[in-house]
Amino acid sequence: MAWSLSRSELHRLFRLQLYVHIYSRNKKMSRSKTNMEEVKVIGFWASPYVYRVTWALNLKGVKYEYQEEDIFNKSGLLLQYNPVHKKVPVFVHGGKLIAESSVILEYIEETWPQNPLLPTDPHARAMARFWTKFRDDKKPDLYGFFKRAGEEQIQAAKEAQECLKILEEHGLQEKKFFDGDKIGMTDLSMGWLAFWFEAMEEAAGVQVLEANSFPRLHAWIRNFKEVPVVKENHPDQTRLLAYFKWLREMYTKPATT
Amino acid sequence: MAGKESVIVHGMWASPYSKRVELAFKVKGIPYEYVEEDFKNKTPELLKYNPVHKKIPVLVHNGKPIAESLVILEYIEEVWKDCPQLLPNDPYEKAQVRFWVDFINQKFTDIMMTIIKTKGEVQEKALSQVHELIKVLDEGIKIFFPDGNPTFEVKNLGLLDIIASTVFCSFSATEEVIGAKIIDPEKTPLLYSWVKALGEHPLVMEIIIPHEKLVSILGPWRQSFINPPPSQS
Repeated sequence: MAWSLSRSELHRLFRLQLYVHIYSRNKKMSRSKTNMEEVKVIGFWASPYVYRVTWALNLKGVKYEYQEEDIFNKSGLLLQYNPVHKKVPVFVHGGKLIAESSVILEYIEETWPQNPLLPTDPHARAMARFWTKFRDDKKPDLYGFFKRAGEEQIQAAKEAQECLKILEEHGLQEKKFFDGDKIGMTDLSMGWLAFWFEAMEEAAGVQVLEANSFPRLHAWIRNFKEVPVVKENHPDQTRLLAYFKWLREMYTKPATT
Repeated sequence: MAGKESVIVHGMWASPYSKRVELAFKVKGIPYEYVEEDFKNKTPELLKYNPVHKKIPVLVHNGKPIAESLVILEYIEEVWKDCPQLLPNDPYEKAQVRFWVDFINQKFTDIMMTIIKTKGEVQEKALSQVHELIKVLDEGIKIFFPDGNPTFEVKNLGLLDIIASTVFCSFSATEEVIGAKIIDPEKTPLLYSWVKALGEHPLVMEIIIPHEKLVSILGPWRQSFINPPPSQS
């Protein structure tokens, strides 16, 4: 090669290009209305957190561009867009970047108020946020069975079942959806239960969410899958199963000396 | 509205999470009733109002309970509107505040526990991890202080200030007990000066545990982990 750039020079050049791109896009957008500015979601096909965001946008009829990111081989773009957590989803609206799915959902709700994801009553809104937080905070307990084997897996499955019991009896109760008669923010956050959980169970060779023990959650899963924006947009089950089988192998591989 | 409003906070004097709720009410100028909970002997009301976690803080507003400190703070902001706001109006600015609130809330509790409860290599590794987090935060908060130096003479405390006060204002006591700096004024001057200014704000001073008292509690507590008394056979 007649010339070549070092890695740090490439990074600087890339960063400069990104800033120029965002700046020029911001200038172009400055005259248009906020909620008509360009919307982009940077995601990974197997991430339930990304689906929370795309389902929300589809429910509200907001057009967006989707960019796939390989989280096992993160690009310079993702590291620039979310330098703090280096994770998806990242939401871009008129050049403004937002990360963390719960923060993104609140932003989407305020910017596009049609087909609201949260009720108007402050106490009901607090309940929706409470259950989303419960699901996110309990992730280690809910996913633990997937990473373990043998006796440890049996114990982890019991811990997951305790959390699921709380979700069923206190969260869902007798309602069709977590948020009432229609889906809302809580249901989107529970979407992982509808597609991801069964793939994880199958890959890990264990049944955690048994129909007899969790009739209401099973009914919720059936109802959730029938919601048009969910029916039209969800991960491919075969591909998801293969993905979790591969992940499971990585987690349970014996350590080599 | 007919009748008197009932605002009750179930909290615990040493919990930064219940301090957040109290501080929010003080910032908004809303009077509240406080119920001190004993972890070893929780009131029946607490168990009834937070059956899921059985933890404080719980806010009971006109008989309706809300749990989880950040959820409570969003609720307080939405219900009591004719008083100082905790969040900016603009949705994007709000998102930036929520992002950093979430970062502070998620990242520091466990690592600080490790730092207080351990010594040697384990503690050193945790210290180096927390220094990295502090650096990221120092960089991240620049958007909130475009002029550099935070001052709080007449400004109202916002949501991020409330979370930061209840997490970081206790760090100086931890630093004294472990004999190492966590927020270094030379390496992260913005974060250092912000935390210092928060600690001097009159409302924050009403709720945080005074430095000397915290040192006198943390010292023996730390010792109980790193030099546990020999067990009786």
